[in-house]
Amino acid sequence: MPEVLRIEQLTIDFLSAERIAAVREVSLQVSPGECLGIVGESGSGKSQTFMGALGLLPRSARATGSVRFEGREILDAPRAVLNKIRGSRLSMVFQDPMSSLTPHLRIGTQLAEVLVCHRGMSWRESELAALRMLDRVRVPESKRRLRQYPHQLSGGMRQRVMIAMGLLCEPALMIADEPTTALDVTVQAQIIDLLRTLRHEYGTAFVLISHDLAVVGGLADRILVMYAGRVVESAAARDLLRRPRHPYTAELLRCVPDLSGPPLERMPSLPGQPPDAAQPAAGCEFAPRCPFAVELCRAQRPPLRRLGPGEVACHFPLPS
Amino acid sequence: MSMNRGAMIALWILLGLVALSLAGPWLNPNTIDALDWSHVASSPALANAHWFGTDRLGRDLFVRTLEGTRMSLIVGLVASAVSLAVGVSYGAICGYFGGRTDYWMMRIVEILSGLPLIFFVIFLTVIFGRSEALLFVCIGAVGWLTMARIVRGQTLSVRRREFIEAAVASGAGPGRIIARHIIPNVLGPVIVYATLTVPQIILFESFLSFLGLGVQEPHASLGTLIAEGAVEMQGAPWILLVPGIFLAVLLLCLNIVGDGLRDRLAQEP
Amino acid sequence: MVRYFLKRLAGAIPTLLAIVTLSFFLMRAAPGGPFDREQTLPPEIMANLQKAYGLDQPLWVQYGRYLRALAHGDFGPSFKYKDFSVTELIRQGFPVTLQIGSMALLLALSLGIPMGTWAALHQDTAADYATMSLAVTGIAIPPFVVLPFLGLLFGIYLHWLPVAGWEPGSIRYLVLPVIALTLPPLAVIARLTRGSMLEALHSNYLRTALAKGLPLRTVILRHALRPALTPVAGYLAPAVASIMTGSLVVESIAGLPGIGRYLVQGALNRDYTLVMGMVILYSALLIAMGLLVDLLYAWLDPRVRFDT
Repeated sequence: MPEVLRIEQLTIDFLSAERIAAVREVSLQVSPGECLGIVGESGSGKSQTFMGALGLLPRSARATGSVRFEGREILDAPRAVLNKIRGSRLSMVFQDPMSSLTPHLRIGTQLAEVLVCHRGMSWRESELAALRMLDRVRVPESKRRLRQYPHQLSGGMRQRVMIAMGLLCEPALMIADEPTTALDVTVQAQIIDLLRTLRHEYGTAFVLISHDLAVVGGLADRILVMYAGRVVESAAARDLLRRPRHPYTAELLRCVPDLSGPPLERMPSLPGQPPDAAQPAAGCEFAPRCPFAVELCRAQRPPLRRLGPGEVACHFPLPS
Repeated sequence: MSMNRGAMIALWILLGLVALSLAGPWLNPNTIDALDWSHVASSPALANAHWFGTDRLGRDLFVRTLEGTRMSLIVGLVASAVSLAVGVSYGAICGYFGGRTDYWMMRIVEILSGLPLIFFVIFLTVIFGRSEALLFVCIGAVGWLTMARIVRGQTLSVRRREFIEAAVASGAGPGRIIARHIIPNVLGPVIVYATLTVPQIILFESFLSFLGLGVQEPHASLGTLIAEGAVEMQGAPWILLVPGIFLAVLLLCLNIVGDGLRDRLAQEP
Repeated sequence: MVRYFLKRLAGAIPTLLAIVTLSFFLMRAAPGGPFDREQTLPPEIMANLQKAYGLDQPLWVQYGRYLRALAHGDFGPSFKYKDFSVTELIRQGFPVTLQIGSMALLLALSLGIPMGTWAALHQDTAADYATMSLAVTGIAIPPFVVLPFLGLLFGIYLHWLPVAGWEPGSIRYLVLPVIALTLPPLAVIARLTRGSMLEALHSNYLRTALAKGLPLRTVILRHALRPALTPVAGYLAPAVASIMTGSLVVESIAGLPGIGRYLVQGALNRDYTLVMGMVILYSALLIAMGLLVDLLYAWLDPRVRFDT
């Protein structure tokens, strides 16, 4: 079966005062029904990759490479082409539901307009369908919520609404960008649970973007780790979590506190700062913060290479 | 401090205008109220020293226009200074004392803001006659409200800072604290708003003069000149065009420079 | 919504009362009286005149009578136009002023909002710069300069339109005055719309709307336009004030028989009651405008409705 999404060597630059390389030669694919997790710090390019794929970047952005969705090339496609796909076959759910919903429109309107636009349904039918979807994402008192405005809902409810918006047209792929970041920990667990259930109900493929490895680990089949705009490791979730091959992945795992372990004196964290996107390094971008870095690492950038069932971009990948 | 190119050009033109209005009368032998009966309403000509022509009474337009420009600039700057002084003090007092003083003082500002002050100014000139002192006061009264509001807001945020507490602890009275500590720290937005006020005030003065309620004979303001010109439009268009163009250029340059200044200040960290 | 409106109304009435009171006492505080301009009259005639106009009564009585008259819509007699009361003059002149004023406002809105939106959509292109340069010109150069220039160009040189004058029902005489009145608020509205539209276009919720695959027109009209209009709504009251002051000069220059011209004449003739009546009228109009704007705000942004 053909992949739902295939990205090849996607590179995105921002032309402002300096040339900022946000995404560098990123390649990935998503199979039907699969859940792909993307992990990285802020600035790693994980969100930009998919915003670029959907044509949502500002005018100052330049993208090269290839993005094929359901076999069709969509990178830099004309707006008419993109609008047929966005919201119906391919949807994206954003972080920060507080600012991502239009404040002056009712929830019902914002949900129904997707169906009215893509399915040609009437407003009445669309609102009914929206109501059913709200129930399915477990928003209580759905009928009342439909008539309310975003500021009247809690953060968790707003996130559910955004997810509902993304699923209304039963897309082949839904991209969730940091769906839990703006929420409390208890609500986070609920949302992850919801996504898991919906995945089974709809068979939709998912891309789950997060800086939090724990969130991704609970849902993804495969995980992609990004750093400084590049993919540094990619493997099946189970393998990556148990036996990370890239030092960065290992550090990320170390930062997830283990509730069953002994109490910690300090929260573990990664030393140093993420690299400056305007000044690309000659060698490995992670070298300044890598505990194992040597001269070769700083001089020559390691290419992304197959290693077992996964891929790693490192001169000295960790032993399995 | 450099601004964008358009603003810099406007600034140079503005400075040129100011220089011309100050130095101009020396360049031309005529005075502002000399009546030259041999050249009544004559068109501009280099030959007879009436470079911009003359008006219906034979007065030289070059000198009168420059006088008008000078008058507008003086009124603009003085009245702006007045409204600045009043607005800043009022706002600082409100913000510093807070509480009921602040509440009632701001209510007055609110009520006054909602009124068409210009009509009240016209009303006042009707009552108290057309004295030039009144003119200055009235015009100054136009700009201080927003200034007071801005300064009050700034004062409220500055008031809590440590150096104010230190000043209070060292026994300084409120007047001293306001004058020496608060006001210097709120100047940023004040300067920004002042750049808006000056053209606003010049406009208002010209407007009043145009209606006949502002500057009186024999002094000329760009407003009075334009009023005269509007009457003579049919036969002697230069009487309108010269002061009209001067006023338009003056206001345009002030606005562009103001915009440029504000853009530049907004970029500062 | 109703409760919100009533609250606002309750706040507006004291303001209007304050204006009336202030005007009244200011007027009475004036040095000299309204009859000073004429040749000095013999004292008996002066006394009779004072009596006829009620000026011999104590101040508080005069104030009371004035208020009562106001409540009946009676602004008193004009001191200059002996045969007319201020109310009659208002009734004659108001429709003209209302006509050009509302035409100017509607034009400013219906041209300014699309201009600002268009400039925002084409940010930093030649179209954007051109539109905004026009806007600066509109803001900087006042109607009393623009109108004579327009008259010179279109009236005297091109002979397309009349320079001044008025004919009831004829639009030709209104074209140039309305254009001169429209330019300043048009420019401000265009600038405001562009600014807030840019903000809306860069917002997160607009990104969501685009990601939903909605056509651009829908995204702009349904999602971006409403918040972009909020500052324009806030500008409505100052816009009306600007048009009102503009109408003073425009009517005077173009010879239109509106209340603006009466106010100017009244000011020059020191006709107290006329000027006072006009001031109160204009203030009331502006306050009413402010109320309307508050209502508009509540409709544009639902959050306001629930907070108050």
